[in-house]
Amino acid sequence: MTDRIIKVDALTRVEGEGALYVRIKDGKVTDVKLKIMEPPRFFEALLRDRTYSEAADITSRICGICPIAYQMSAVHAMENAFGVVVAGQLRALRRLLYCGEWIASHVLHIFMLHAPDFLGYPDAMHMARDYPELVERALQLKKAGNAIVKLIGGREIHPVSVRVGGFYRVPTKQELASLVDTLKWARDAALETVHWAAQLPFPDFEQEYEFVALQHPDEYPFNEGRLVSNRGLDIAVEQYEDFFTEEQVAHSHALHSVLKGRGAYLVGPLARYSLNYARLSPLAREAAQSGGLGPVCTNPFKSILVRCVETLYAFDEALRLIDAYEVPARPALAVQPRAAMGYACTEAPRGILYHRYQLDDKGVIVDAKIVPPTSQNQKTIENDLWRYATQAMHLPEEQFLWQCEQAIRNYDPCISCATHFLKLHIERE
Amino acid sequence: MSGGERRNMVASMLVIGIGNAYRSDDGVGPAVARALQTKNLPGVQCKEDLGDTLSLIEQWDTADTVILIDAVCSGAEPGTIYRFDALAQPIPTSIPLRSTHFLSLAEALSIADILHRLPSRLIVYGIEGENFSAGVSLSPQVEDALHGVVEQVEHECRSSSSCPLFPPLLE
Repeated sequence: MTDRIIKVDALTRVEGEGALYVRIKDGKVTDVKLKIMEPPRFFEALLRDRTYSEAADITSRICGICPIAYQMSAVHAMENAFGVVVAGQLRALRRLLYCGEWIASHVLHIFMLHAPDFLGYPDAMHMARDYPELVERALQLKKAGNAIVKLIGGREIHPVSVRVGGFYRVPTKQELASLVDTLKWARDAALETVHWAAQLPFPDFEQEYEFVALQHPDEYPFNEGRLVSNRGLDIAVEQYEDFFTEEQVAHSHALHSVLKGRGAYLVGPLARYSLNYARLSPLAREAAQSGGLGPVCTNPFKSILVRCVETLYAFDEALRLIDAYEVPARPALAVQPRAAMGYACTEAPRGILYHRYQLDDKGVIVDAKIVPPTSQNQKTIENDLWRYATQAMHLPEEQFLWQCEQAIRNYDPCISCATHFLKLHIERE
Repeated sequence: MSGGERRNMVASMLVIGIGNAYRSDDGVGPAVARALQTKNLPGVQCKEDLGDTLSLIEQWDTADTVILIDAVCSGAEPGTIYRFDALAQPIPTSIPLRSTHFLSLAEALSIADILHRLPSRLIVYGIEGENFSAGVSLSPQVEDALHGVVEQVEHECRSSSSCPLFPPLLE
């Protein structure tokens, strides 16, 4: 009998605090646990007795990387409750704002957190010494995404302009036009980045996932659509809790989401791309093809490439939206609170973000439920690790540990969102 | 071009308070920046930053001198003030400037150095915090330290010399 114990106490380049435990006995993986130790933050309880208009700004504080996602899901859920449909240029502006967040979030992960894994550096700082042009490009691309968020949202982090019914302030045509030259440069740079990422060394690790994402008839999804999967799921957002449930597990402060009766599923770039490939812009689709991606991507290590394609798409879409922009007649639609349930799901950079609110007749929040993407991916991350550890356990110890961490970073996990730090602990017996 | 942008272009000194005002003592950096803002120091722009360290590199492109103020969690006495000339000495790793974010301030400074995008002068103040839980109040010792750092930074802004009231407390 061979017993081997490996401990790694700090998984780096992920957001939040957690740990991973892998046990290997007699050459077989016998246990994998993604442990999330960051204490719960009780946002759902904080929201009770607050008014409907406060949810967007309170929930945006859950995450400094994807505050727009929280704002979007919150305002859409309130609008769903009050029977308000935000359309036209207000809807387009929300889509544009979301482009900015996807760009800033994806660029940070692609270049600063994930690229060092593929290029063999412990972190972005060491990578920057040999690839300064790559890091400079990352700064410029992220700056371009932040510029969108700042212009529409009022500031780069935790923007303040989003409200139920629309915005507190909408930009002028001239203000948006001022972004165009930068965004055109950024779109070209994003296209180059797809070609760069396509050359990275990817482990052979194709997996069978149930992908879950929003799907809109015509658009690559941000704010609207039905919840669909590659295994026949096709439901309205209001039915989310009929099909998905959260389970408590002893080793994690974050709840595990599962599809009832089916188990683990995957949300985020891989799912979004594989379910919505046809809805990418021609430029993004062609770039994906030339980068060697088919219409479906089942290798989680290629998530970096898919993020590059989505970043290109976001720049392309942002330019399209700006070109078609006309200042809306008013910045927000009138809203009349009523006692109701409100549901919404939008596509955060890491995947679907579900909000559900119960409101009284004055629009005060009686109950709230928030399911962030990382908590939905936890079980799939564990499954990936289970399989990847089995496949890669012959590797030298240091390389094995590194690649296990990389397998987690494939998901760009935002543990603060899921509740919220990551340490890696591998035990071989 | 807005007035803010024009000011931005001519600001010779940029003060950035880093931290989350809703996480108690983590908010001391932004509190220092706000206090200095009210003093309307000529040629000094004050900003608050939630800790997107990469964006700092972009922000300090516009200033000759940058002063960063951040909370520290090193286990020292709450309210302890640290001051570093970041271009003259590396930030000691024994003094982690508190960040829940992806890149530490030290990493961001290294990247800026590699990219030749450091300002000509960069001073970092750290203030040891005690309580980083949810809340908007500063601990009494941190509140005291805030006033001390405001006074010190104001002195640095008004003085062309860099003679600090507080010497570096640690190697």
